[in-house]
Amino acid sequence: MTSELDPIASPSGFTPRSTGGIGLWVTPVDEVAIEARARTFTTRSIKKTSKRAALELAISCIDLTTLEGMDTPGRVSALCRKAITPDPADPSLPSTAAVCVYPSMVPSAAAFTAGSSVRVASVAGAFPSGMSSLEVRLADIRDAVAAGADEIDIVIGRGDFFTGRYGRVFDDIVAAKEACGPAHLKVILETGELGTYDQIRRASMLAMAAGADFIKTSTGKVARNATMPIALCMAEAIRDYVEQTGEIVGLKVAGGIRTAKQAWHYLVLINETLGPDWLTPDRFRIGASSLLNDALLAIRKLDTGRYSGPDYVSID
Amino acid sequence: MANDDIHPVAKGQSRGFSLDYAPAPESASVVSIADEYGLFIDGEFAEPESGELFATVSPATEERLSMVASGGVGDVDRAVGAARRAYDGVWGPMPGRERAKYLFRIARQLQERAREFAVLETLDGGKPIKESRDVDIPLAAAHFFYYAGWADKLEYAFPGRDVAPRGVAGQIIPWNFPMMMLAWKVAPALAAGNTVVLKPAETTPLTALLFARLLQDVGLPPGVVNIVTGAGPTGEALVDHPGVDKLAFTGSTAVGKRIQKVALARGVPVTLELGGKAAHIVFEDAAIDQAVEGVINGIYFNQGHVCCAGSRLLVQESIAESFVDRLKRRLATVRVGDPLDKNTDVGAINSSRQLARITELVEVGVAEGAELYQPDCGLPDRGFFFRPTILSHVEQTHRIAREEVFGPVLSVLTFRTPEEAVAKANNTPYGLSAGIWTEKGSKILWMADRLDAGIVWANTYNQFDPASPFGGYKESGFGREGGMHGLAPYLSAAPTGGRS
Repeated sequence: MTSELDPIASPSGFTPRSTGGIGLWVTPVDEVAIEARARTFTTRSIKKTSKRAALELAISCIDLTTLEGMDTPGRVSALCRKAITPDPADPSLPSTAAVCVYPSMVPSAAAFTAGSSVRVASVAGAFPSGMSSLEVRLADIRDAVAAGADEIDIVIGRGDFFTGRYGRVFDDIVAAKEACGPAHLKVILETGELGTYDQIRRASMLAMAAGADFIKTSTGKVARNATMPIALCMAEAIRDYVEQTGEIVGLKVAGGIRTAKQAWHYLVLINETLGPDWLTPDRFRIGASSLLNDALLAIRKLDTGRYSGPDYVSID
Repeated sequence: MANDDIHPVAKGQSRGFSLDYAPAPESASVVSIADEYGLFIDGEFAEPESGELFATVSPATEERLSMVASGGVGDVDRAVGAARRAYDGVWGPMPGRERAKYLFRIARQLQERAREFAVLETLDGGKPIKESRDVDIPLAAAHFFYYAGWADKLEYAFPGRDVAPRGVAGQIIPWNFPMMMLAWKVAPALAAGNTVVLKPAETTPLTALLFARLLQDVGLPPGVVNIVTGAGPTGEALVDHPGVDKLAFTGSTAVGKRIQKVALARGVPVTLELGGKAAHIVFEDAAIDQAVEGVINGIYFNQGHVCCAGSRLLVQESIAESFVDRLKRRLATVRVGDPLDKNTDVGAINSSRQLARITELVEVGVAEGAELYQPDCGLPDRGFFFRPTILSHVEQTHRIAREEVFGPVLSVLTFRTPEEAVAKANNTPYGLSAGIWTEKGSKILWMADRLDAGIVWANTYNQFDPASPFGGYKESGFGREGGMHGLAPYLSAAPTGGRS
């Protein structure tokens, strides 16, 4: 496949198919200022009914995740039960958006979630490094989709990105999108490895221009995961992209989000950056495992006025 | 298969989830406000000679907070007398290292009682609690810490010079940053060995009076700091008093000019920190989203009651439309209301008089052809509030581009080249501050070299630090506050051995 963009002619611009060849404009990012702005989202006060609604929304946006070499159908079954009915004591609570598993676990996950609203997401494309040939990565994706995955999470080729071969990164995403067929594509930037906010902004625009349905922060497999300023940087990129193309793209934050409090900080960030239209699982996801139980405990605290111990929610 | 296509969703279609922020008011119970306050002279609170009091109100509720003494000529004379005795008897002869101990004690006490000071500052002045809590009071304490460190090192600050305090300093401060301005004035004066007569602004005297109590608690010798409350005539009495050896004023340019006349006639050294009409210059190669934040903070911080506020946005024409759209979008999320609420970004306008002035200037701006934008935010029923405002399509000839509004009003102008940006930025009688947003370092240096402004911020705005000098050119005044520069006006210097 030939590249649609010439990285030399437009070192900071990318050409999405929808704009008919008009390049995207990528603005620089100021590190100090973006971190200062991100801090302000942690000081908004959310209480009572608004807090409960926010916690429910957070649950409904979770991609409940298990990505271990030791995963088994038994483990996936437990995870799916939990995703469908997070708290058996309170059936009014929403299911999570999806479960997220390795490709070999997709058949189990598809079977265990059948008939529910919970989607099956699978990491694919030589996750988490992406360091395989394009053919192998595409086969991995097709395999997962054929086994029943509704959503595919791939990671961009950082090797190509760092050597300035943006065209290759772009083409690989285009190819992955085609391989996905009807499944949604989430493109992981692995922001913890990109080094600067400028690079994160650039990678965000590139992934969106190439056809990502969601852009996602991290694999959860490297030391540095999602942070508030990184999420803000990507949300601002989405806002720009939507403005320039009219296409909607979602944001997924992943890795290190363990507490209900962190989750609503992200909701505030989304609310004030992309607006309430993005406060939906169609456009916002949180990749997490232990967050769900913390959110359940927080809801119980709101309902009963008491803290209950960790043994009062299921460990899956 | 869950595959409802997310792409064709119309822009702006509401999904119906609204994330409501709850009010989070800071409790006012940490402060106790007396019904009446006297003048703080010679370490004691004293009745004014005239017996006259004036009310200070909360601009957010228009409720009266307290009655405060109105100082007259005789009161100022007593205060200057007390300051003179303290200078001759205690403070002047005291070794610097001993003075430093008092300053450190004041700084620590300010930190200890920060919450009380912050809440009172917000009650009396109308600024959001998040600013008084995170900016005003911490910076006031930092100034005392900083100058405490200089008190015993004055000879090193000015090598080769013999330095001596000037004597009694008369200081007049404004209502926009009451405690911060107090600290900027009092800390260097005391560190240098002067004694002080301070007049706080008539709309915001309460934190200065709480500070007087703090001085009693730390045991500062009587007369070293005297606080005389009152309006313009009180200030005039202080400026006219022959016993004052040094004048310092922060406030409007009109009053500053009058003070300079008097000071010149009497040969008294004077420092003036006056108005401003700062240009905030945004180039197309800036980090745009952060520049939006910077411009918003630059003008709406403290309701725009900031002499260095970035009130004129000069944006490169190639991005002007998109940039103004972003500003409007961001402005829609700015929260205006109860200053004591921790979520509030923009609080109350300081006084009804100031509110009237802002309203008038905005009306003039619209009449002159500027395009008005104000977010659709609700305002409280009571109190002095003004919607944060953007006036676009403003031209250099408009009054709104030339006069200091001192309110939450941003005027937007455009430029094509760096030269034009500099020419427009400098085309004002003021010269206090400027901001530059570009990712290109060489352009920052080129611009900073040519801007007639005492302070130039690059890729940030409204950053203050006790170690950094602050002050203006042209009609924004002269002399510097902060840093080593801030000590100089409170010292007389002679070549070593030259003093008789």
